[in-house]
Amino acid sequence: MIEADPAFLAVRNVSMRFGGLLAVSDASFFVKEGSITGLIGPNGAGKTTLFAIVSGFQKPTSGHVLWKGEEITARPPHLLARAGIARTFQIVQPFAGLSVRENIAVGAFLRHAKRDDAIALAEKVAERVGLTAELDKPAAALTVAGRKRVELAKALATEPKLLLLDEVLAGLNPSEVRDIVPVVRAIRDSGVTVLMIEHVMQAVMNLCEAVHVLAQGRIIASGTPAEVVATPAVVEAYLGHGAATRLSGQRDA
Amino acid sequence: MKDRQLALILGFAAVAALVPFFVTAGTWLNFAVFTLILCLAAQGWNILGGYGGQYSFGHAAFFGTTAYLTAVLQSRYGINPYAAFAIGIAAAAAVGWVIGFLSFRSGLKGSYFALVTLAFAEVFRVVANASDITGGAAGTLIKLDVRPENFQFASRGTFFWVVLAMVVLAMLLTRALERSRLGAQMVAVRENEDAARALGVDALQVKLSAIALSAAITGAAGGLYAQYFLYLDATIAYGTWISVEALLAPIVGGAGTVFGPVVGSIVLHSLSEFTKSLVGRIPGIDLVIFGIMLILVVRFPPRNIPGLIRRWRSGR
Repeated sequence: MIEADPAFLAVRNVSMRFGGLLAVSDASFFVKEGSITGLIGPNGAGKTTLFAIVSGFQKPTSGHVLWKGEEITARPPHLLARAGIARTFQIVQPFAGLSVRENIAVGAFLRHAKRDDAIALAEKVAERVGLTAELDKPAAALTVAGRKRVELAKALATEPKLLLLDEVLAGLNPSEVRDIVPVVRAIRDSGVTVLMIEHVMQAVMNLCEAVHVLAQGRIIASGTPAEVVATPAVVEAYLGHGAATRLSGQRDA
Repeated sequence: MKDRQLALILGFAAVAALVPFFVTAGTWLNFAVFTLILCLAAQGWNILGGYGGQYSFGHAAFFGTTAYLTAVLQSRYGINPYAAFAIGIAAAAAVGWVIGFLSFRSGLKGSYFALVTLAFAEVFRVVANASDITGGAAGTLIKLDVRPENFQFASRGTFFWVVLAMVVLAMLLTRALERSRLGAQMVAVRENEDAARALGVDALQVKLSAIALSAAITGAAGGLYAQYFLYLDATIAYGTWISVEALLAPIVGGAGTVFGPVVGSIVLHSLSEFTKSLVGRIPGIDLVIFGIMLILVVRFPPRNIPGLIRRWRSGR
C-alpha cells in the first residue's frame, strides 16, 4: 500500500445505488497532495459515478468524501469549484456557441470579477495547454483533441487545488496523447493535485504515482502502477476469471 | 469591434432622436412610440431568453405588474407617477424573482418553464380582470393632467424621447452585461448548465438575477405603456399578446445580442404597418405577418435577420 495523506482528499466507504444496480460499492481511497493519482478499471466499473460523487454532481447512497479533513459529501459543484476542486467531463462539454477564449474565461471569472483580468487569465491558461492559436475559434469548430484541451483549460482557469480529469486522453491518437501527457505533468508541477480516470494505460504508467483500480464498483487494488498491473485480481478484472493463472502459466512454460 | 458596438448604439440613438422632427402625423408618432415600448419589452425578454437561455412565454406578468402599479398607485393613492413607475419596476423584478425561484428551484427548463410562465401571466390576467383595485373588466384610467412633473407631456415627441432614452439605456445595460461576469455566467448556463456548475457558476443564482433584471426592463415597458395611453385593462396589461411581442422580436432580430430586440421589433412592426396600409385593416393581419416572418427566419439558419444579412453578403 502507498502512503496516503488523509488530510487532502479522502473517499470513505462510498456506495452508490441506482435502483437495483450497485454502481459503487463501499469504495475507499486517498489522494495525496501534489500527486497524480489514477483511477482505472474496466468499462462500467463505476469510475465516472465515483467522479460525479467527488465533484458534487451526485449524492452517494452512503459514505463520505473528505477534503482536507472537511466533510464535502454532496456539496453542490459550484461550491466545490470555489473551494478548489475542478473537474472535466468524459464527454466534453464546451459552451458551443462561444469562442475558445470565452469558454476558458467562464472558468477564470470564478476568481476574477473583472473581465480584463478573467480574459488575461484565460489567455495565460490557453498558453499552458497549447490553445493560443485557437483562442478566437468557436469551441464547436475544434477537433476532438482541441476540445479536450478546452475542457482542461476551462477547469484550470478556476485555479483549482485538485483537478479531476475524466478520460482526457480517450479518443485521442497516440501522437495527440504524447502531446498532452507533458501538459498534465506540468499542471501537477505547478502545484495542482491531479486525480485522473484513464483508459490509456501507457499514459497511466507514465504519469501516475499511485493508481486505484475499480472493478464492479469495488476498489480491488491500490499501489504504484507497476504493483497494480502485477496484481492477479486486476488482471482478472480486465481479462476474465482465471486469466492471471493462465498468463503466469504461459510465462513459466 | 467593441467600440463599433458603442458607436452603433449611439448612432441609433441619434438617428432615432430625429424622428419627431420629421414625423409629425399623430398616428405615425403613436406607431413609433408603441414600437419603441414593445422594443423595450423585448429587450427585457432578451436578457432572460437571449442571454440566459430560459424562454419565457409569460413576460406579460412583468409588463402588466408595472403597468397596473403605475396606473393604480397614482389614480387611487395619489402617488407621484414617477415614484409609482419606480415602485412598479421594483415590483416587476420581485415578481420575476419569485416566479423564477418557484420554477428554477424545481429544475424547470425549456418548454416546461415556458408553460409555467404562461400560466403565471394568465393567472395574473384573470385576477386583474376580477378584482376591484384594478378596475376589473372596465379597466383603469389615468386622469389626463398634462404636466411634465406628472409624467405627461404636451407633445408626443417628448414622450418618444423618454421612451427612446429608456431603450438606449437598456441597450447600454445589455452591452455592459455582455461584458460582465454575470453575463458570461448567464451565457454559460444557457450553453451548458452542468459544465457551468462545474466551473463554479451558481446556476440558480444566475438565473434568478437574469429573470429579475429581465422582468424589471419589460416592466418598465409596461409602465411607459400605461403612462402613454392612460388606459389599461387586464387583456392589455397581462394579455398573451405582449408575451408574444416580447419574445418574437428578439428571436427574429437575434436573441442574445444587443441589437436583436431593436432590429426585430422595428422590422416586424414596420412590415405589419406596411401590410395594413396595403390591404387595409384586416383583423389579425399583423399576426399573419409575424407568423410568416417567424417561419422564414427560423427556417433558414442562422435563424435571425442579422445572420441572414451576413449570409447574403458573404454570398452563400
